[in-house]
Amino acid sequence: MLHKLTIHELRAQLESGEVTAHAAAEAIFGRIGDIDSKVKAYLPWKDFDGVIAQAHAIDEAGIPRSDKLLGGVPIAIKDVINVEGDYCTCGSKILSGRTGSAHDGYHSIYDATVIKKLREAGAVIHARTNMDEFAMGSSTENSSWDVTRNPWDLERIPGGSSGGSAAAVAADEAIAALGSDTGGSIRQPASLCGCVGFKPTYGRVSRYGLVAFASSLDQIGPFTKDVEDCALMLQVLSGHDPCDSTSVPEPVPDYTQSLGKGVEGLRLGMPKEYFIDGMDREVDAAVHAAIKKLESLGAEIVEISLPHTDYAVAVYYLIATAEASANLARFDGVRYGARVAGEDVIDMYGKTRGAGFGPEVKRRILLGTYALSAGYYDAYYLRAQKVRTLIRQDFEKAFEKCDAVVTPTSPEVAFKIGEKVDDPLKMYLSDIFTISVNLAGICGVSIPCGFTSSPKLPIGLQILGKSFGEETVLRVAHAYEQATEWHKEKPNL
Amino acid sequence: MNYEAVIGLEVHVQLKTRSKMFCGCTTEFGAPPNTQVCPVCLGYPGVLPVMNEEAVRKTILTGLMIGSEIARFSKWDRKNYFYPDMPKNYQISQYDLPLCAGGEVAIKLESGGTKRIGIIRAHLEEDVAKNIHFETTSGVDFNRAGVPLMEVVSKPDISSPEEAFAYLTALKEMLVSGGVSDCDMEKGQLRCDSNVSVRPLGQQEFGEKVEIKNMNTISGVRRALAYEVQRQTAALQRGEKISQETRRWDDEAGKTFVMRTKEYAHDYRYFPEPDLMPVTVSDEMLAAIRGRLVELPEAKRQRFIRQYGLPEYDADVLVADVALASYYERAASGLKNPKAVSNWVMTELLGKLAETKRAIEDCPVAPEYLTELVAMIDSGRISGRIAKEVFIEMFSSGKSPEVLVREKGLSQVSDTAVIEAFADEAIAKNPKSVADFRGGNEAAINFLKGQVMKLSKGKANPLLAGEILLRKLRGE
Amino acid sequence: MSEDIGKIDVSYVAHLARMHLTEAEKEKISAQLKDILAYVAKLNELDVSNVQPTAHATPLSNIFRKDEVRPSIDQTKILANAPEEARGLFIVPKIVE
Ligand SMILES: [Mg+2]
Ligand SMILES: [Zn+2]
Repeated sequence: MLHKLTIHELRAQLESGEVTAHAAAEAIFGRIGDIDSKVKAYLPWKDFDGVIAQAHAIDEAGIPRSDKLLGGVPIAIKDVINVEGDYCTCGSKILSGRTGSAHDGYHSIYDATVIKKLREAGAVIHARTNMDEFAMGSSTENSSWDVTRNPWDLERIPGGSSGGSAAAVAADEAIAALGSDTGGSIRQPASLCGCVGFKPTYGRVSRYGLVAFASSLDQIGPFTKDVEDCALMLQVLSGHDPCDSTSVPEPVPDYTQSLGKGVEGLRLGMPKEYFIDGMDREVDAAVHAAIKKLESLGAEIVEISLPHTDYAVAVYYLIATAEASANLARFDGVRYGARVAGEDVIDMYGKTRGAGFGPEVKRRILLGTYALSAGYYDAYYLRAQKVRTLIRQDFEKAFEKCDAVVTPTSPEVAFKIGEKVDDPLKMYLSDIFTISVNLAGICGVSIPCGFTSSPKLPIGLQILGKSFGEETVLRVAHAYEQATEWHKEKPNL
Repeated sequence: MNYEAVIGLEVHVQLKTRSKMFCGCTTEFGAPPNTQVCPVCLGYPGVLPVMNEEAVRKTILTGLMIGSEIARFSKWDRKNYFYPDMPKNYQISQYDLPLCAGGEVAIKLESGGTKRIGIIRAHLEEDVAKNIHFETTSGVDFNRAGVPLMEVVSKPDISSPEEAFAYLTALKEMLVSGGVSDCDMEKGQLRCDSNVSVRPLGQQEFGEKVEIKNMNTISGVRRALAYEVQRQTAALQRGEKISQETRRWDDEAGKTFVMRTKEYAHDYRYFPEPDLMPVTVSDEMLAAIRGRLVELPEAKRQRFIRQYGLPEYDADVLVADVALASYYERAASGLKNPKAVSNWVMTELLGKLAETKRAIEDCPVAPEYLTELVAMIDSGRISGRIAKEVFIEMFSSGKSPEVLVREKGLSQVSDTAVIEAFADEAIAKNPKSVADFRGGNEAAINFLKGQVMKLSKGKANPLLAGEILLRKLRGE
Repeated sequence: MSEDIGKIDVSYVAHLARMHLTEAEKEKISAQLKDILAYVAKLNELDVSNVQPTAHATPLSNIFRKDEVRPSIDQTKILANAPEEARGLFIVPKIVE
């Protein structure tokens, strides 16, 4: 039953010597063997032997009994982060090789900085969770592998793009996992799967080794079963990295100090633009109830305005796709990954990329290329960058009036597989409450705050903090979690 | 009708840094293919660039040398286009806010005057890989990919192939003397593209512009431009229209050829590089770089003429090579007779270097020893002839002249009694010369002086020998 | 703003992006992109003439590294990832210049 534990629970057993890293890894693989054929949170190929060997080495070195924060704890990794010696497909055929089997594809020759940090903290790295291709999507339906299922209802999507990580943690197929968040890709699936997902401040966690989707928006963050674990993971992941020029040289506070402090005296802002018509009624009710709960715990609720919220999706889809069009240009069949033969180089490029990318990635590369092309730059890209400034300023003003902002994470709960695949715009609008955070570069978390009645599907509360305001966000999240039981509910698998 | 050429040059220069622009791979030339690469310069998924501070400083230094306005705020952009030599299929470059804007490079005209060629901008970017072509395939070597590359764009102020040659020579001289680049064209450290158009003399608007690529040497640029100006002029004279195109110089054929035209015009989709933060240049940073500013060749030439009293010719030769100029300055320091040092450097030293195929950097004669040698001649300790022998010894052994003169007993004889004995012997043995002198032929004394030198095996102080002979012949 | 804003020549853009599309893909994506462009046109409602663009989420500048050589990567490792390699080079179809 080790797979059911949180990091801190497992750490207590590891530290006392009650269990080994080996046993924890075995338990996770056992759970994966039992249910992943239903959930499909992981890529089909799993390196059981490699992970067991890693756990064994960690046991040998006595790391589980040391004071290392993650000593002996297995951590799942989204397929977008480089782990040396492992494949890294980003859910795409273009990196998974010519035959479509991951073995043939691109193999990482270096560790991402976050992987180094996890190793230093004693974690056992077990890859790799499914995702929307190149992190583009909100449902994990855009993976070239398989569609990951929501553990609460296997007919429904887990959210995206880090749907595999969210589903794995929610289904106890992982103790904790890494995801990446460009427009909500950690918070939205955490909300839809009923776990804790944190998007750190831009520059807080190194992006070195994260395959870039939109460089000015991407940030790596953790999926965990509770807020305490979230603080532990942030502690390990955060910090300045000289390999990432956008990494901020701010000292890392002790995040566990934020836990248990309560919300008394904190002002929580409720942006009127985030409580809109057309939102799922049960989501609306659950989030309002959660805010009431925080008020009853001593927080002061203040109404705030984020007037440019309505433009965030438009700004996001121009900036993110423009950056992506350049970031994904390197997948050309020359140095790694798949290649489809062509008459000449240009033909080879076209065929490789035409066959290697799925429809959503193609759509976004085209949109981004167009937004940057001659004659359109000012009207689209430059204008979007300017409105981005307005969105950032909205938050700056809001944080003069409050210490944190509380909103729904998503206007809806998990939808049915296939429901929105043919309407990209509708899909994009499901990120409406998470996207502004990335544009502003601030931090935020999604935590469970209730369920719909029938079917029973998780609802997420989003708590946002200012740049480098992780401590306040954790403090609010922990206070709410400790006063409620939602995080203890498990899907029936 | 008479036509004139309008030429602008775009020069790419590899900066002299130890490591690449955005990663720690070495910039060393000539390694086996793909052995100086890492995930960053190979454009691997997930990597990020971090800029090399020295490359930024060297670009700013160049800006100071050519009198550019140094941007207090400068940023990076992505230039998007697909090509197998581009690891990321975008080049990190600078678009609208380059590090250096404006400036000029002075060139010497064949007519003798000077002309100032305006500079539009100088910016920093990363070099691309090298493609090697085989029968049916091409191969890519990424060793060069990511080497810091500075692009210097001139105004279309150049009006002849000779001026283009002079401009490149002056620019190269400046970059080498400033330590910015070695500009070794054989290693591809300086590469040049050109825009050429031709218009009827006196016409204000420019003619249709042709871009020329693949000019691999400075003299190749001159040949290519001469060919192209001639080709365009002839075409205009025949009443033909020049079409805007890119042509490739084939040095062997001595011709330019149209390159395969692109299906679509360039659309580089520049946008700000999100992975790199901007560069802001503070007063302190600028002052520190200004401190590294070296004297420009023309200024140095003028100073050599003024300070050391050298003729123009000597100054030209010495200043042409930074290392030679600094050797000279070290050797001439503290001497009353700097021109003598110049003579030694220009004839004996350069002669021996050429003979032994050595660069001045590897010269076995320390400049301080040359100072010593010239001082020994000036003080009369050795004669000029002996000095030449000593110099040859210095060159082969690296020893100081002091040591050599002592070892070989070459010191000049200034002992009057010894010289008087030689003088008596010469007078006794050469009565005819003595008679000639006394008969009024004063030049006859030179023969006798030669005899004294011969008897002393060259060691007699010639001045002293002359005086003693004169005294004896006049019977004083 | 010029009137072809909002119109998109998918073939041209796909060529810029070096991405082959089937006719069916072109048709479908054209329609979808038209919807998306119509949606993003809402940005024109705002007056941004006095607003500075945001390119970075953090206000850092001058993030440099020292000019120091670090070891490169073993050639066999990088060539192992290459779709085609020979003589230490990455092989591509012949490039015609
Ligand atoms: Mg250039
Ligand atoms: Zn490198």
